[in-house]
Amino acid sequence: MPEKMIDDVTLQTLPGDAIRQIMWRFSDRFDIQMLVQSTRAVARGPVARLVAEGARSTHDWTDQKAALFKHFDEAGITGAFLDPECGGMIEGPKNLLFALIAFELAWVDAGAATASLAGNLAFAPIHERGTPEQRLHYMQRMVPPAPGENRKPLRGAFGLTEPIPYVGVDTGALGGKVRIAEWPDGGEPILHVEKRGRFITNMDLANFVTAAVDSDDPRIKGSCMVILEETDPGIFDRGAPTRKLVHQLSSTRDPIFSLKVPASRIIGGYKIKDGVIIPNYSHGDIIEAVFRRTRITVGAMTAAKLLSAVEPVIRYQRGRFRGTPTVQPGSSRYELGLQLKEDTLHRLVDIWASGEAAASLVFAAARLFDEIDPLEREKDRILEQQGVSGAWAQMKVFRNLRPKAMEYVELCAQKPEHRDTSRFKELEQDPLVRYMVLDAVGNVLCPASKLWNTGHGANMMREALSLMGGYGITEDCPGFLAFKWMDAQLEATYEGPEAVQRRQLSITMTMDIFLAQFRNWIKEMRQIASRRPGTGACTLATAMEMWLWTLEHLQNATDANGNKLYHSPRQGVTFALADALCWLLASRYQIRDVLELEEKGRNNPMVAEGLDGTLAFLTDLCHVQSARASGEVGRICAELVHGYNRHPSWDGESCHPYTPTELDALESVAPGIAGGVAGHADIMSTEGDPHPCKAGPCVRFEGLETFTRMRLKLDGCLTGARLAKDRAAQALTKVMIPEALDYPQ
Amino acid sequence: MSEGYHIVVCAGIVPDPLQTLQPVQTPTGWGLKNEMMLPAVLDPWAAHALYEAAHLAKKTPGSKVYLVSLAPKAKLQQVMMTVAQKAAFELVPVDGPASGFTEAFEVASALYEAIMGIAGLDRNKLLLFGGWESASRGAGSTLQILGEMLQIHDQFQGVDECTVNPDGSLQILERVEGGNHQVSVCKGPPVVLGWATGNLPEPPNNPQIGMSNMRTIMPALQKAKTAKIGADGVFFGSVELPKQLRQTRVVKDAQVDEIAREILEWIRK
Repeated sequence: MPEKMIDDVTLQTLPGDAIRQIMWRFSDRFDIQMLVQSTRAVARGPVARLVAEGARSTHDWTDQKAALFKHFDEAGITGAFLDPECGGMIEGPKNLLFALIAFELAWVDAGAATASLAGNLAFAPIHERGTPEQRLHYMQRMVPPAPGENRKPLRGAFGLTEPIPYVGVDTGALGGKVRIAEWPDGGEPILHVEKRGRFITNMDLANFVTAAVDSDDPRIKGSCMVILEETDPGIFDRGAPTRKLVHQLSSTRDPIFSLKVPASRIIGGYKIKDGVIIPNYSHGDIIEAVFRRTRITVGAMTAAKLLSAVEPVIRYQRGRFRGTPTVQPGSSRYELGLQLKEDTLHRLVDIWASGEAAASLVFAAARLFDEIDPLEREKDRILEQQGVSGAWAQMKVFRNLRPKAMEYVELCAQKPEHRDTSRFKELEQDPLVRYMVLDAVGNVLCPASKLWNTGHGANMMREALSLMGGYGITEDCPGFLAFKWMDAQLEATYEGPEAVQRRQLSITMTMDIFLAQFRNWIKEMRQIASRRPGTGACTLATAMEMWLWTLEHLQNATDANGNKLYHSPRQGVTFALADALCWLLASRYQIRDVLELEEKGRNNPMVAEGLDGTLAFLTDLCHVQSARASGEVGRICAELVHGYNRHPSWDGESCHPYTPTELDALESVAPGIAGGVAGHADIMSTEGDPHPCKAGPCVRFEGLETFTRMRLKLDGCLTGARLAKDRAAQALTKVMIPEALDYPQ
Repeated sequence: MSEGYHIVVCAGIVPDPLQTLQPVQTPTGWGLKNEMMLPAVLDPWAAHALYEAAHLAKKTPGSKVYLVSLAPKAKLQQVMMTVAQKAAFELVPVDGPASGFTEAFEVASALYEAIMGIAGLDRNKLLLFGGWESASRGAGSTLQILGEMLQIHDQFQGVDECTVNPDGSLQILERVEGGNHQVSVCKGPPVVLGWATGNLPEPPNNPQIGMSNMRTIMPALQKAKTAKIGADGVFFGSVELPKQLRQTRVVKDAQVDEIAREILEWIRK
């Protein structure tokens, strides 16, 4: 019988496209929405069928896998990076677009996502740093065929990684070499490139490779990236398939190249000075420009995995006991199954909350780079006009601009009615200032989204699997959760393993322009908390303050041996603080996305109908996640602040227990002290005893009172977080899910 | 036909078939639980009509395809993100309910208004396409009523194929009992074709077509007129989803032949 409509303020359905478009800020971009839909059709159609048929059981490249590229082409995925003048469809920066494509494909299989975007990665060095001629030449040849057109587009591979002990450990050390093979008088030099690759994606089908090489010739300065084509004279050996256990829908091989190419293939061009070829960009310059964008898409893959796990897990939980004669329809056990158990619900809430935070973080990073991209080009243009070239000269310009950038950040935090509007506009319209400010955040968000999403995401995928019982580790598991779990581990590694992200963060997060903005964000969270306390913004603000205090403390403090704490080799300190920051950032962007939905959702009738319930649920997830983030930050900070002080022992240097006689004497000036001290410090029970008989001497916190107060405050700020989790858990028992997953298993 | 056709495809939207559909009483009458929030697709029957229209238009130079759709425009916009990449057409949206609980005559009237408002539509070239059935509530009458309103008396339902003869006449295959087709020939437009599934596969995705369509779709959606559609005077005696029959037995180590024999027995019942 149909039921009466109930106006419960709880989540009615799983968040749909209209909600996500608002939260992730592409509701006004129909071009992106279209590509999302066509990508989804490929992911949940041909890709899912391939996975279900067992195509992942081999690392070999098969015809079935290769056929996916036709679907990618038709969907517009492989051509997404093209500029409109070269047959592309989407104008402007495409970081958000790539993140969304990766998200949609990884919802089903991240190997497919990697395969589809590998061409983009291969072209990225040319796109970011290539000469206009190089860009045009390759872009035009990479245009996918239109339906009915019989033409093979050029496909590429990005060739950086080499066998150990070269890149992969440190991208600065290259085994690949370039020499001058011939240099005809007045003609273009011909280069001889020797390169061995490892884990090179797309190698089965690549027609060209953008390869990183170092000079092996005094007539070539430094390193560079060169474009190698399969028709170049020499050896273009695609190599052995990499025997990987994950991402099997992408082609990965260990190629070998020994080729002669013209010097015009040096990406970004070169100059000749005193008979020496000087590439305009080193391989380091190029990969920095590439990875700071493409790493974001990797973070999007793991976010998708977490959110994609929600529906299969709910369905599994609810249907767990159906089919046995003793469990009758209508009974709680039949309708809710495992959802009768609080633990299963709470764990799913954690997974969902992590997925929301991961998606919010990665899409924020992608949007930020969409803002940075045009500014960066404008910056390059201005600096070129000013005759500024080279990293050092650029740094000098930015050092001089620093006060302006800091002033701009300060003005940003002021209410519009209180700030100097004309000065604010002046600074805002200065592309160099804006670039500096946004770049400082971008340099943090890119590694943070890659590091946290993939690392924490992999852990949470394990949790998702555990909720499916033994089913979780079978090929039949709905949603391919086991594959996704394993894939997440690769995502934590490729395009720069976790240590690389942590190292980058440990530097960029200490930049004053970033920290000035971070201070603004603390204020922002406090303001949000006053309006929307249920988001956990208050908890987060306190944790952010603690992180900042800890960073500043560690930058000046030394350990018990007098050694500096915050410096590059001390990764026990720097990496841990980088990890802590990621938790904070993810939670912050999650809260901001929910507020965006709250602000804009009512204007869309598709969203408005169940908006109150959706907001209530997503707000509870924010609270759950901010509590978890704050807990992590509190733990890490406490370990770092206290952990490098020597634990007191029963010796004169580190331990000063009061004697009863001393306390009696103090009673005359401070009545009650004897009783009060007993709770906080060591007291000898008897004169002459070496120490009180207990586990160990008490630690004292001289100089750390502020931190101790913060810790106490942070604990108190967790108030309500578990109630939010209970509410979210209850919502999971009521939310309406589709009858079946919309892709095969 | 060298001058081409004006093919008007009437297509509603329906909830994605995988969604849980639960009839509920709303303040405005019957509806589906969380109907606005459920993802929607183009009604699959009408989608076949659109693919056939696009195919025919491609083969007949000078033809133009109009997609007339009565649906909440926010939902229609979402559906267009997919459909617009399948075939070239001009969207004529009417902002109104896409519910299965509306009256066919009222829907037909709103579609009639929209079609009559299409600038430059030539009745002598008009092929009115739509779904023979609907995935929301297959009254099977909307297209026929609309055809009558447009005074088109050559109407065919359950169409699987439409071929243009050299003399411009149309040969039409309609489904009849026993898996057979009735073959008819009519002199040409105007004609109403209520499509069954047709013979064509879903066209491949074409993002270029999508981008081109969207340049007119978005402004059209913004200007969409609102139509008040309901079911005035209609009393729904009962509302329920079609029943699913599931008879499952768990038998260990059953032989394939035995399973096949049981299935055959079940079918023969």
